[in-house]
Amino acid sequence: MSAQAVERLYQPRRYPLASGVALGYLSLIVLIPLAAVVAKGTEGGWRHFWQVAWNPEARAALELTFELAGGVVAINAVTGTALAWTLVRDDFPGKRLVNAIVDLPFALPTIVAGLTLLALYGPSGGVGVNVAYTRWGVLMALLFVTLPFVVRTVQPVLIELDRDMEDAAASLGAGRVTIFRRIVFPHLLPALLSGVALAFARAIGEFGAVILIAGNIPFKTEVASLYVFEHINSDDPTGASALAVLMLMISFALLLAIGAMRRWATRHDR
Amino acid sequence: MRKLIIALVLVLVLPSAASAGRKDTTLNVVGYSIPTAVFPKLFTAYQATSQGRGVKFTSSFAASEVQSKAVAAGLPADVVNFSITTDMDRLVQTGQVAKAWDANPYHGIVSNSVVVFVLRNGNPKHIRTWDDLVKPGVQVVFPNPFSSGGARWDVMAAYGAMLREHKTPKQAQAYLTQLFRHNVSQDTSGRNALNTFLSGKGDVLLDYESDAKLAQSQGKPVFYLIPKATLQIETPLAAVNGSNYAAAKQFVDWLYTPAAQTIWAQNGFRSVVPGVEKKFAAQFPPRPQLFKIGYVGGWDKVNKQFFDPTTGIVAKIEQGLGVSTGG
Amino acid sequence: MIVRFGSLAYLGAILIAPVALIFWRAFEHGLHPFWLAISNPNAVHALKLTLEITAVVVPLNTLFGILCAVAIVRHRLPGMGLVNALVDLPLALSPVVVGLALYLLYGRGGWFGDLPFRVLFALPSMVLATTFVSLPFVVREVVPVLREIGTQQEEAAATLGSSAFTTFRRITLPAIRWAVAYGVVLTTARSLGEFGAVSIVSGGIAGRTQTLTQYVQASYENFDQTGAYAASVLLAALAVTTLLLMTVVKRGDRST
Repeated sequence: MSAQAVERLYQPRRYPLASGVALGYLSLIVLIPLAAVVAKGTEGGWRHFWQVAWNPEARAALELTFELAGGVVAINAVTGTALAWTLVRDDFPGKRLVNAIVDLPFALPTIVAGLTLLALYGPSGGVGVNVAYTRWGVLMALLFVTLPFVVRTVQPVLIELDRDMEDAAASLGAGRVTIFRRIVFPHLLPALLSGVALAFARAIGEFGAVILIAGNIPFKTEVASLYVFEHINSDDPTGASALAVLMLMISFALLLAIGAMRRWATRHDR
Repeated sequence: MRKLIIALVLVLVLPSAASAGRKDTTLNVVGYSIPTAVFPKLFTAYQATSQGRGVKFTSSFAASEVQSKAVAAGLPADVVNFSITTDMDRLVQTGQVAKAWDANPYHGIVSNSVVVFVLRNGNPKHIRTWDDLVKPGVQVVFPNPFSSGGARWDVMAAYGAMLREHKTPKQAQAYLTQLFRHNVSQDTSGRNALNTFLSGKGDVLLDYESDAKLAQSQGKPVFYLIPKATLQIETPLAAVNGSNYAAAKQFVDWLYTPAAQTIWAQNGFRSVVPGVEKKFAAQFPPRPQLFKIGYVGGWDKVNKQFFDPTTGIVAKIEQGLGVSTGG
Repeated sequence: MIVRFGSLAYLGAILIAPVALIFWRAFEHGLHPFWLAISNPNAVHALKLTLEITAVVVPLNTLFGILCAVAIVRHRLPGMGLVNALVDLPLALSPVVVGLALYLLYGRGGWFGDLPFRVLFALPSMVLATTFVSLPFVVREVVPVLREIGTQQEEAAATLGSSAFTTFRRITLPAIRWAVAYGVVLTTARSLGEFGAVSIVSGGIAGRTQTLTQYVQASYENFDQTGAYAASVLLAALAVTTLLLMTVVKRGDRST
C-alpha cells in the first residue's frame, strides 16, 4: 500500500453530511425558537429586562419555585435512596413489579399525574386531606414527577458496590447506621447529587402536574411556569419572556452542573 | 419499524382524506368560558334542523379577552361569543367581524345574565349585601379583570351598586379598593374562578348567574344570591368573516329563534326574546335595582376609565396592592 | 425493616394510590359510562390527533437522533460541546418556555410570522413543540453505545472498500439497534404525554387542535370528571404499555 493510502486509512472518518443535517435540525427546532424568547425578553435593553423580570410577582414566583424545588429534592434524596436500597438490598414478593412502577412518572403524562393527586388529595378525595390550591398540593405534584430521578441514579451504584468493606466493618462491631454513613454513603454521593440535580431541574420547570392542583394564586401558589403561562394568556409576552429567559439561564446552568457531576461520578471509569 | 409507521400514518390520514371529499361545513365556535356546557346542546339541536343538517362543529372556550386576542392573532373562528362588547370591537377593528354585527333587533346580544354572589351552603359568614363583602375576614373570589370579561362585569356591578346606594363616585372607587383587598384569587377566567371557589377557597364568589346555576345543577354544595342592585350582563355573539361566513350567519340567526332561546334558558341563561323570557320568568327573578352598563357610562368609557392597563382606576388599585395587572 | 416499609409506603402514597384511584373512579359505574366517555367524538379526535403527532415526531427524532449521535461521537467539530448542551436542554427546560418560544416565533409579528400556511393554532406548531421536548432521547441512548463500540469495525470495513453509507447500514446500525429501540420508546412516551408546550401553541380547539392531554384538562375544568378520568385511564394504559416495552427492550439489550 502507498504511503498516502495508509495515511488515509488512519484519518478519523468525517461525517459532514450528518453534522450539517444535525446542526440544521437543531437550529430550526431548538436554537431559533429560544433565540426568539431571548430577543423578546431583552427587547428594551438589559435594565428594562431586569425591571420586568424582577417585578414583585415574578420574584415571588421564582422564590416559591426554588423553595418548593429545594424541599422536593431534599425529600427525594432521602426517599430515593431508601427506595433504591430497598430495591437492591431487600427482597420481597412483587419486587420486580415495584421496580418497574418506579419508572411510571417518566411515562405518565404530567396532566394525568396532577389529576390523580387531585382526585385522591383534593376536595372529593375521601382521605380527609384537601391540598388543592395550597403549596402542599404543588409539593406533592412535584414529588410525583421527580420520584424516579434519585432512585435511578443511585440504584446502579448500589448494585455495583462491593460488600466486602461493609462486612469487614460489621465484623469489627460497627452498627448498620455507622456502616451506611461511613462506608456506603460516600460512594453514593456523586450519583445522589447527580439525581438531585436532575430532579431539581425537573421540579423548577414542571407545569402539567401543577396546573390543576395549584390554582395559580399569585404570591401564594404561582410557580414560575404558571407565571409564564398566565402572562402569555393575558397578552404580556414581554413579561412572560423576561422570566422565561431567567428560567432558560437556570436550566443551562443546571445542565452544566449535571454534566460536571457526571464526569466526577465516572472519573474512576475513564 | 418504518413500515409500521407508514401504515399507522395511512390509517389515520385516509379516512380524513375520504371525508374531505364530502364537503361538510365545519363551524368553529370560539367563546368565553361560561357557555361551555350549553353550546354542545345548541349544536345538537341545530343539526336536527333542515339547515343545520350536515354542519359539524368544533369549539374552544376560555377567558373572553384571551379568546378575542387569540382570534385577532390568527386563531381560526367562524362564530364568536364574548363576555363584553369590547372584545367584539377588537375584531371589528381587525376587519374580522362586520361593523354591522349588532344590527339585529337584539343588538347582537344573544343571552343575558346578572352578576350574583355564589355562597357555600349554610352561608356561614351571612353575606347578603355588597357591603358584607368588605367586612373584616371575608374573602372574595373573582377573576382577573385583565383577562376575564366576567371580572369586568363583577367590578362594574360593585361600582354601580355603590352609586345606586347614593354614594359618590369617589366613595364607590374607595369601595372597589376595599373589594380588591379582600380578593384572594385572580384566575384567568370566570369558569376558573368558579373552580377555585368550589375547591374551598374564599367565602363568596362573584360570578354570572348562568355559571352559578350550572354549578347547582351539577350538585355542588353552593347556592347563589342576586344582590338587590346588580348589573345586567349582556354577552355579544357574531359571525366571523371568512369562507364559512354564510353558514355561520345562518347558525347565528338560528340562535335567536324561540327553540334556541329555550335551550339557552333551560341552561341558566336569561333569554333576550320576550316570549321565551316570560315563559322562564320563575327561574330568573327580576331585581328592583337592576342596571345596565350604560348606567356607569357604557363599555367604551368604562374600559378607558377603569381598565386601561396603566392609567385605569382598577390598574392603579392593583398596583397599589402589589398585584400584577398582567397587561 | 423501617427502610423497606417507609420507602414502599412513600411509593404507595405518592404514586400507586393516586393512579389506582383514577382507574377505580373511571370504572366505578361500570364499563358503559367509561365507554360512552371514551367514544365521545371530541375524545376520539383528541386520541387520533395525539397519535398523528406522535407518528410524525418519532421518526423525525429517531432519524435526527442517530445522525446527531454520529456527528457528536465521530465528527471532531469544535462546536460539539454546544451541540451536546442544546440536545440535552429540552430535558432541563420548562415546557412553557418551549411553548412561548414557538408562540413568539410563529405568531403575528414574529420572525416567521408571515408564512403562507398556518403554523400557530394548527398542527405544524404542535408537531414542532412535541419534537422539541422529545428531542434528546434517541441521541442520549445512542451516544454512549457509539462511544463504547469504537471505530475499529468501521475502519476495518473502510479498508475493505465499503462506502460510508454501507458501513453505517451494515456495521453501525446493528450495533446500536437496542439503544435506538429504547430511545424510540422513550420518545414515543414523551410525545404521547406532551401537554405544556402544546397547550400554548395549539389553541385547544375541541375537535380540531385538542390533544388527549388537553382533553383531560378541559373535561376536568368543565365538570366532566368521568370524561377526564376516562381519558386519563387511556393515557395511563399507553404509559403502562410504554413501561412494558421499556422492560422488554432492556432485557433484549442485555441478552445480546
